[in-house]
Amino acid sequence: MTLIEELGAWLADPAHWTGPDGLLTRLLEHIALSGACLAMAVAIALPIGLWIGHTGRGAAAVIRAANIGQALPTLGVIGIILPLTANIEPYGFDLIPSIVALVALAIPPIVTNTYAGLRQVDPEAIEAGRGMGMRELQLLGLVEVPLALPSVLAGLRISAVQVVATATLAAVLGAGGLGRLIIDGIAQQDDAQLFIGALLVAILAIATELSFAGLQRLAISPGVRGRRAVRESAADA
Amino acid sequence: MTTAAPDDRSTVAARGQPTDTPASTTGAVVELDHVTKRYGPPGTPPAVNELSLTIPAGEICVLVGPSGCGKTTTMKMINRLVEPTSGRLTIDGRDVMQLSPVDLRRQIGYVIQQVGLFPHMTVGDNTGVVPRLLRWPEARIRERVEELLDLVGLEAAAYRDRYPSELSGGERQRVGVARALAADPPVMLMDEPFGAVDPIRRDRLQNEFLRLQSRVRKTIVFVTHDVDEAIKMADRIAILQRGGILAQYDTPDAILSHPANEFVERFVGADRGLKRLSLARVRDLELIRPVLVRAGTDRTDARRELQASAIGFALLVDDGGRPLGWIRDTDVDEQGPIDPEQATPGASLIEPETTLRDALSTMLASSVQLGAVVDQNERVVGLISVDQISEVLQSGNLPGSTDATG
Repeated sequence: MTLIEELGAWLADPAHWTGPDGLLTRLLEHIALSGACLAMAVAIALPIGLWIGHTGRGAAAVIRAANIGQALPTLGVIGIILPLTANIEPYGFDLIPSIVALVALAIPPIVTNTYAGLRQVDPEAIEAGRGMGMRELQLLGLVEVPLALPSVLAGLRISAVQVVATATLAAVLGAGGLGRLIIDGIAQQDDAQLFIGALLVAILAIATELSFAGLQRLAISPGVRGRRAVRESAADA
Repeated sequence: MTTAAPDDRSTVAARGQPTDTPASTTGAVVELDHVTKRYGPPGTPPAVNELSLTIPAGEICVLVGPSGCGKTTTMKMINRLVEPTSGRLTIDGRDVMQLSPVDLRRQIGYVIQQVGLFPHMTVGDNTGVVPRLLRWPEARIRERVEELLDLVGLEAAAYRDRYPSELSGGERQRVGVARALAADPPVMLMDEPFGAVDPIRRDRLQNEFLRLQSRVRKTIVFVTHDVDEAIKMADRIAILQRGGILAQYDTPDAILSHPANEFVERFVGADRGLKRLSLARVRDLELIRPVLVRAGTDRTDARRELQASAIGFALLVDDGGRPLGWIRDTDVDEQGPIDPEQATPGASLIEPETTLRDALSTMLASSVQLGAVVDQNERVVGLISVDQISEVLQSGNLPGSTDATG
């Protein structure tokens, strides 16, 4: 059988689509895991980035930590977390290490891009805002964040794509997601399943990338569009 | 030295706007009493040293001096962007240290170098920032924004939804002024507000701002390093020297005619006699009645008019009365209608608010030593000559300088 025929045969089986181990379940698991991890990372990283960007306080240390965090291999993080949480029921062995590793992966780009974005804001605009009687939070919300938005969203986009791609590893621990198709495909020497798993991960990552590009277009003021965000590099993982 | 009352009425009328300006808060007295600012511990040389100034309500006080003289620091202490180390600052008798910085700043208009418009906000949103901070109802903000844009000469419908990046330097500058006036503050601080505009536009913006000030009568603290700008804009000039020491605080005329010390003398420059010409404006002179001819007029008629006048030049104007160029008496010797091609192009256009000094340099730069004084619509209202200005220089008496202050 050629790969094409194998794929056709695999996809023709309705059990491969629906059902507890089906492709749709895996896709939803993958999206849920990625989305939850990204949300947690945003909840942690955004306030940190905004704080160090607005005040400049602690920035050097935080950015250094973020750079180190960025260099950590995700599998290594899982390896460190797993022994610590393995005994926690019910998710200590599968979900918790995956979530911790993915959140850790997503935090650094958000922190560094938020920080860089705020630091790039024209000091004149900040001075004008303060001189007009804005409180510090108003300054942040009305001036700094809107102007830093290209960079902030670029950070989110990098994190989101990385998380979607890397969430594949969660399957190693049995946390589900599209990675299951790949792992099972390898274990069962089922090339079709392996291929479809890999393809779906790639499509999901690209869809994430595109939807963030759309979000950037919608959210960024036409007055600042055209300004380049720092490190608009595509994600790798 | 601000625009005199009769003129701003004609200005307003010429712009086709209602003569009753919207009710507005006029200036408050700003007083600095032995104000000192030290950036280091006690003992370090102060940036501003024991500065005492009283700025009368509704006047423009220009802080001027070399870099490092503390002029910007002084200005920023008024809205507490910089906290004074010692001394007292009051606005209408109220100590600024008794107010919260946020409340204080919302009552003080602020225009900074490069204007500092928010690039992500439209012109309308930029203008409405302070009213929005003060939680005015949206309808009132909208109304106010329209009124302000009109006030600074930008048509609200055309400009409200544009972004700062779509504006010229001069337009941004006007939006900056509109924004500072939004909540109708009694006091405005302006830090080199015309610094980012090229010299020709700067002159127009300065004139425009003086016209505006004659209507709104705010107390304005204006920082510049440019003596000429100081002389032109100020009712009173505070000249600061390095270390934040006040060298002289007086009217521009007094500073130019009686510099307090050698520093002031050097700072205002050796040409201070010439600079005094900046203190009088073209409208203070008696304008020469122009001979106006339209393209196509018969030369015989033009010749008769030219002979009747003593100036030897007629001004060729278009149908709207706007000048196109000069016609010499020798250009009309022949018969037939006047050919616009014959005119010497480039009549110097001079606004009534232009200072005598600027008018002089404009006229000296052109081949005909006359200037066409034009109104807001560039219609000719009269002429001035280089001779008139040199008479002023020789006599030492500035026209209109005695009654124009305040």
